Amino acid sequence: MDTKFLLSILVKNEAGVLTRVSSLFSRRGFNIDSLSVGETESGKISRITISAKGDDYVKEQIVKQLRKLHDVITVELMDLDSTVIRELLLVKVASKKGELSDIMHAMNIFRASVVDLSPASVTLELTGQSSKIDAFIEFLKPYGIIELCRTGITAIGRGDYILKNVKEND
Amino acid sequence: MRMTGAKIIVETLIEQGIDTIFGYPGGAVLNIYDELYKAGERISHYLTCHEQAAAHAADAYARVSGKPGVVIATSGPGATNLVTGIANAYLDSSPIIAITGNVARALIGKDSFQEVDIYGVTMPITKHNYIVKDVSKLADTIREAIKIATSGRPGPVLIDVPKDIQLAEFDYVPQAACSPESRNSGNISDEAIEEAVELIKGSKRPFIYAGGGVIMSVASNELLEFAELIDAPIGLSMMGLSAIPGSHPRNLGMTGMHGKYAASKAMSESDLIVAVGTRFSDRATGSKQEFSKGKKFIHIDIDPAEIGKNIPAYVSVIGNVKDVLTKLNANLTASERPEWRAEVESLKSSPENNPELPNGKLTPKAVIEEVRKHMTDDGVVATDVGQHQMWVSLYYNFTSPRTLVTSGGLGAMGFGMGAAVGSCIGRGKRKTVLFTGDGSFHMNLNELATAVSNNLPLVIVVMNNGVLGMVRQWQTLFFEKRYSSTTLNRKTDFVKLAEAFGATGYRISSKNELSSVMEKAFKTDGPVLIDAIIDRDEKVLPMIPPGGTINDIILEA
Repeated sequence: MDTKFLLSILVKNEAGVLTRVSSLFSRRGFNIDSLSVGETESGKISRITISAKGDDYVKEQIVKQLRKLHDVITVELMDLDSTVIRELLLVKVASKKGELSDIMHAMNIFRASVVDLSPASVTLELTGQSSKIDAFIEFLKPYGIIELCRTGITAIGRGDYILKNVKEND
Repeated sequence: MRMTGAKIIVETLIEQGIDTIFGYPGGAVLNIYDELYKAGERISHYLTCHEQAAAHAADAYARVSGKPGVVIATSGPGATNLVTGIANAYLDSSPIIAITGNVARALIGKDSFQEVDIYGVTMPITKHNYIVKDVSKLADTIREAIKIATSGRPGPVLIDVPKDIQLAEFDYVPQAACSPESRNSGNISDEAIEEAVELIKGSKRPFIYAGGGVIMSVASNELLEFAELIDAPIGLSMMGLSAIPGSHPRNLGMTGMHGKYAASKAMSESDLIVAVGTRFSDRATGSKQEFSKGKKFIHIDIDPAEIGKNIPAYVSVIGNVKDVLTKLNANLTASERPEWRAEVESLKSSPENNPELPNGKLTPKAVIEEVRKHMTDDGVVATDVGQHQMWVSLYYNFTSPRTLVTSGGLGAMGFGMGAAVGSCIGRGKRKTVLFTGDGSFHMNLNELATAVSNNLPLVIVVMNNGVLGMVRQWQTLFFEKRYSSTTLNRKTDFVKLAEAFGATGYRISSKNELSSVMEKAFKTDGPVLIDAIIDRDEKVLPMIPPGGTINDIILEA
């Protein structure tokens, strides 16, 4: 059965490494739902967070295949219950007269913030789990979403779970 | 010592024990070739007619010698011509280092003359690849590439070197040759070994399925000892052929689509399959559901990603096959399975396993057996791809490891000539045989010129049936004899062709010419081609249709 899963990957910060990782998914016939990447506390190491769907076979294969890549240092399937998962949304909504206060009200509930305002539109920023972002987008749809972008998921283990210290076993 | 990137490349290769390379010069590798020239006898370069053959030659060289093969090509078309060869090495886990020149860094990305992003192109078909953008990293990149190619499960590594990096200067500091990183045998899981021992104890009909990993880890003796300990027959994947002697009583021969009847049947009748250094290719299993029904699996491999990829394993032991078998053998007590042994023996001697072939006719089997008489047990046989390849797998009695060089995973027609050249050179220019078909041979026959230039003692046997026999066989069996584009209707005279290239050519059209012509051919110096005329409707049998099971096996045409 297909379930959502989350991979955290530490890679050497080398040219082409993102292509290596993402092309492995397409080559092996696995899909990526979201991918985010950035430098870590060490400039030599980047961290990639991939959210995908698949059954146990897919999960196991993708982890093993990723571990074979020379530039990949660590690959872990994250335990969704003990991981802080966040995504950032930027959304530009049409602001017709009289509607702005409704939007502001929702903003307070969702803890979003205004990052830009123009006579015709308001741009909002929201951080949270994907489900919260989905809900906020649903709420905004009737007002007219002009454009929208999300960063994709990034995630970090809670407490003592430190990715670079995890010992892999085959 | 201060030197150019081009010289660093050559010096680092020599430092790492590379004494033989294959390749083809061109604009973006001129400086490397200049350094090869200056290096003189310290390193031998073999020029092919086409880069594809150079890549296949490096691959074959690696397979017969156990050392990494090195190939050099220029940018653009030179580099793209390597692609089939690199993919072939990737699928058959062969350690090759491909070095390509590229345009200068300032010209990269401008669609410059002969510019191709070979780094991007080869990413999915290499174990790892590099584009070197800093001359200070060049030597270490080459060292690391060799280490990656030869460590663990071997595979190809490509290094793309822009022209200005070849011209740039840096201090070269020699280093010792690095040895392949071996997996620590202490890491083999005791628990997994215990579980494997338990599964074997509980099995009434164990079957050992061995592949190329046995050859790579030099584990033939350990495998045979294991078979004796658990009283089980051995079937081989095509890549596993030559791991143990063909005539060994435990050896049932190749399994799978065109495997021997007894091997495939015993495999399907078994209750436990111990897979050793093999990856359950679809050509070996047929229908995966039916194949694994009612069976348990122990999977031994150096690559953790192979476990459970094609067949779910009950127990897996990860590690170098030789180390794992040694440890497993030490933990096993000998057990006898007389009933199973008798069953296997009767399969072995059954008429299905010993089909009667027409006598008096020039059959592929007769040709192969005649060649075998002239070859020593450690002589190398290369093949192309198609029916002849399967006939060789079935009938050539391989005895010594690393004596079969064939395109297993990729199934690349045209592999043969380059492979034969590389095999021959990898074995100190001793007598080497290439079995090919008229279809495969037509793909890369230009390399006959390479064989002649180097006066290689190659015996090239063209199984000439005037058709693309393997495809024709499928058309006969599954497409109601609609022979779409498989009847070649070519007029090539292979004897004259051989002579035109400066080689010797013979033709065998009937069985009674076979032994005398073969005798002459094997006495000939330099490359010799034998045009063996066989019937176009000769089939490779037995055959388990794709996705089928042992119950679907075709024994007679």
